[in-house]
Amino acid sequence: MKQHSGASGRLATLKLLLQRFAILAMIMASLGLMLLGKADTALMERTRTTVDDMVMPMLDVLSQPASTIARGVEFVQDLTNLHTENARLKAENRALMHWQTVAHHLDNENRALRTQLNFVPDPDPAFITGRVIGDTGGAFVHSMLINAGEDDGVRKGQAVLSEGVLVGRIAEVGTRSARILLMTDINARIPVILEGSRAKAILAGDNSSRPRLDHFSPNLVADPGDRVITSGDGGAFPPGLPIGVVASVHDGVIRIEPFVQRHRLEYVTIVDYGLAGILPAETTRDRTR
Amino acid sequence: MKGTFPQRLDQKFRRQLPILLTLLLILLDAIPTRLPDFAVVSPLFPLIGIYYWAIFRPDLLGPVPAFLLGLANDIIAGLPLGVTPLVYLLVHWLTASQRRFFLGKPFLLAWWGFSVIALGSQVLRWMLVSVIFGKAVDPLVVVVEIIITICCYPLVSWAFARIQLGLMQNA
Repeated sequence: MKQHSGASGRLATLKLLLQRFAILAMIMASLGLMLLGKADTALMERTRTTVDDMVMPMLDVLSQPASTIARGVEFVQDLTNLHTENARLKAENRALMHWQTVAHHLDNENRALRTQLNFVPDPDPAFITGRVIGDTGGAFVHSMLINAGEDDGVRKGQAVLSEGVLVGRIAEVGTRSARILLMTDINARIPVILEGSRAKAILAGDNSSRPRLDHFSPNLVADPGDRVITSGDGGAFPPGLPIGVVASVHDGVIRIEPFVQRHRLEYVTIVDYGLAGILPAETTRDRTR
Repeated sequence: MKGTFPQRLDQKFRRQLPILLTLLLILLDAIPTRLPDFAVVSPLFPLIGIYYWAIFRPDLLGPVPAFLLGLANDIIAGLPLGVTPLVYLLVHWLTASQRRFFLGKPFLLAWWGFSVIALGSQVLRWMLVSVIFGKAVDPLVVVVEIIITICCYPLVSWAFARIQLGLMQNA
């Protein structure tokens, strides 16, 4: 009997040791993963996209009720604002009618000038529409998951738009899901131009809802309300995509209020402008395949 | 394990509940809420799962599942891989080693314990992510997240307690 309890005692000690060793091994594995993530991003990306593809159907289903509730809330809000909204829309409509006339006129003029110059137009971009099924990350990462992937024609580096304004770019692509890196993410950098002054800068996200301008010339003049669009430099995005307006200029820090409202994103448009961009490796390989 | 095959299967399923529920919280965290400013700060529900089960049923959610749940969290949330596994592992280890201190004690004590753990784990997470990115992430958002999570703790732990009492009495 004594022998038996001694043996079970040894077994318990061994089990405890093993458990301690397992925890230590997992701590080392975590640190190893962090280092590996810095070194071999391609491997990490494949791992991520594989798992994202697997959880995609679950998120797809789970995100449906959330959208329905949001739509319900919006409906009630709309009802309460009906009168003011109607007045606002009427005023806006008057302004837009004026712009429509201007646009018609410019369109005609543009067409006439193009024929005179034998202008070769840019090819029409291809569109893919995806539903936002995941808005993840919290304080550290600003990214979104959509339910369209490689099978639907989504490729890494493509621009993501919503109602014509820039949302971000495709950062990772699985076979049926993809991850969008939002322009507010701490790792997002977009070459931009201030529409009025044509001054160039880099839009740098910092995980706040208002990204800041970086690398601009010291004599740049920016006023709140100035429109910011993509410059097309670096080839990541085509020029002229609307991004937002200058929100504040404070101690040389210029912050941009994006046009896109993150919480309202339900469907996004992924646009292929046929640009190889600053992420050429995968895109070019895909193209030659 | 006794009983017929369906009973055994049922029993097996009940024993997986802590892991499945925490996984569900990870997925819920990733769902677009469509509320303004809620995406920027989201409560860290899965952390509550790791903490709660490390106190009440560490036999059903051990260090290995905690590590794997952390990995799933990183992948789904798009965080640098390895950060959350380390955080969950340490939270689990620390909580499970102090569980006697919390068992059978008033709820407020567990809540206080969670607040300390949430603060410590998020500071660690913030440091790790900032080192990996090579630049400091805005700590204010992290603080807001911690506060929201601490406020959500009673609700989530109450739901866990109901499930534990209702479904896992004999599991």
